[in-house]
Amino acid sequence: MTTVDNPNSPPPAADRAASAVGLRAHLVVERTAFRLDIDLTVAPGEVVALLGPNGAGKTTALRALAGLTPLTDGRIDLDGTCLDDAAGTFVPPERRGVGVVFQDYLLFPHLSALENVAFGPRCRGASRTQARAIAHEWLARVGLADVAGRRPRQLSGGQAQRVALARALALRPALLLLDEPLAALDARTRLDTRAELHRHLADHPGATLVVTHDPLDAFVLADRLVIIENGRVVQEGDAATVTARPRTDYVARLVGLNLYRGRADGHTVALPTGMALTTADTVHGDAFVAFPPAAVALHSDPLQGSPRNTWSATVTGVTRHGDNIRVQLAGGPGEASADITPAAAAALRLEPGQQLWAAVKATETRAYPAG
Amino acid sequence: MVTDTSSGTGPSALDSPTSTVDRRRPARRLARRRVPAPLALPAAVALAFLVLPLVGLFVRAPWPTLPQRLTEPEVLAALRLSLVAATLATAVCLVLGVPLAWLLARVDFPGRRLARALVTVPLVLPPVVGGLALLLLLGRRGIIGQWLDKWFDATIPFTTSAVVIAEAFVAMPFLVIAVEGALRGVDDRYEEAAATLGASRWTTFRRVTLPLVAPGIAAGSVLCWARALGEFGATITFAGNFPGRTQTMPLSVYLLLETDPPAAIVLSLVLLAVSVAILVALREKWIGSPA
Repeated sequence: MTTVDNPNSPPPAADRAASAVGLRAHLVVERTAFRLDIDLTVAPGEVVALLGPNGAGKTTALRALAGLTPLTDGRIDLDGTCLDDAAGTFVPPERRGVGVVFQDYLLFPHLSALENVAFGPRCRGASRTQARAIAHEWLARVGLADVAGRRPRQLSGGQAQRVALARALALRPALLLLDEPLAALDARTRLDTRAELHRHLADHPGATLVVTHDPLDAFVLADRLVIIENGRVVQEGDAATVTARPRTDYVARLVGLNLYRGRADGHTVALPTGMALTTADTVHGDAFVAFPPAAVALHSDPLQGSPRNTWSATVTGVTRHGDNIRVQLAGGPGEASADITPAAAAALRLEPGQQLWAAVKATETRAYPAG
Repeated sequence: MVTDTSSGTGPSALDSPTSTVDRRRPARRLARRRVPAPLALPAAVALAFLVLPLVGLFVRAPWPTLPQRLTEPEVLAALRLSLVAATLATAVCLVLGVPLAWLLARVDFPGRRLARALVTVPLVLPPVVGGLALLLLLGRRGIIGQWLDKWFDATIPFTTSAVVIAEAFVAMPFLVIAVEGALRGVDDRYEEAAATLGASRWTTFRRVTLPLVAPGIAAGSVLCWARALGEFGATITFAGNFPGRTQTMPLSVYLLLETDPPAAIVLSLVLLAVSVAILVALREKWIGSPA
């Protein structure tokens, strides 16, 4: 773990896992101009989301765990068996007991849905009849018994996703990997499929790792989030902790917060820009301050004598954001977003370059240690 | 028409249907631009050059006696031998060539580039040279042939086996290149998916790769078979010209030209018909294939 999220929360599973079950991995994969170096621990029955921007190394991590990319350094243990120690041991993908749902599913186009699901059991030595029985059972479980005979081409996106899930689960893998499981679906299908996927993942007795760049997928599907940027873990914890206390700009953007880092001394946090933010929380030393865009009020005149953080800001952008108007600001603590109502925006006659006064109540900010 | 405000005002707006046609005309004129003579003339000659000889074949064919000639024992023997030999040669190419294509496409071994280059050699080598090379290797005094002769009392040259070997030698590159191309065209992540499902490399090849490249293998086989059917140089050098044993259709055509030209034409027509049939079959394969 490169960062310890919150000293008050229970320690991450890595430090807890004395018994050698589930996944314990230290993944190091080196490429030209890129290095992935992360620790991952997933307990049986736990669903962990590996969240990060494009190019963060999520897919590389997934491929290393599946055995499709060998480790440069580090080690992968699954239920006490070493799968890859970067030196002598390398268990090939076909003998790992790791199931993968690929981003574009990769259903074999020449086989029916049933045959796709039966493929794994058949490779593991089941008879044709047994394999088909297992496949029938899994297709029924994902609600697709009626399309068993269809080819992947004849399936809708949501159906293909469920067949891919059934195919991976039919081997009862000790570790299930899902690569952007909902990315290929349209918004409407996504909603239903996400809820259903959550149910299946919750039922899965093995460890599950979901790779995604969509925070909503991660929040809904996972018990715990591991966020990586540039091949490193930048934050991990449950959804509530991550959304309340982001530790990088990327995470702050994901969860929709303005985030600043500075030195705290009680109720004030001094920022590198020279501004000091007043917070209701008490912290000392290196600290983060976060507040939601909706907490930012904009005024054309300076305010006086209120327990607020106020600063002179320049409007750098104005966009629609749901029912509100999102205003991008520069100045004061740094870049900030403010969400205001269309009526307020109309009253302010917003335009880029305009000078305004921004204000945030101390009670609407959250400060927490960064160290 | 009165409400049409987009296409302007006045009379032009009233007769907009005709104006739509007018607007299309310049495009058609563009398409009909004159083809320059320095390009048109050679192109026409080239087309005639390719087609006229075949027309000659039709014009001079002994149509009245065609059915009777086609059923003559020598013709039938040559036809049968050709079909059997070409089919066997294709089978040999499939059994050996598909694994070679897989190796070239999927395994990164040292010397792969050289191997790929060597595969194409029979493609550019004059078939006579190929036949001679086979003779030097597998002939009675050949590098391997002498041991076959000594240990197994087996002689390859001037037998039907020699025909099959000569044809396979010349035709194999067509199959290997076609199948390798097909393999490269298939997303190898399907093979990764198969591996994560517990399939060994062999199982993956059998149950995933092979079905996915089946169209490519079919096209390659047809090309390979057509090349084998028309093989002449390597066959006559390595297998000789024994009626019923090594005399395939192309060899018969060549010989009959001396003794019975109309019969040569009849055989040629048969070969032409087969070629056209293959062309049509491949066309449909290429256009109709989902890939």
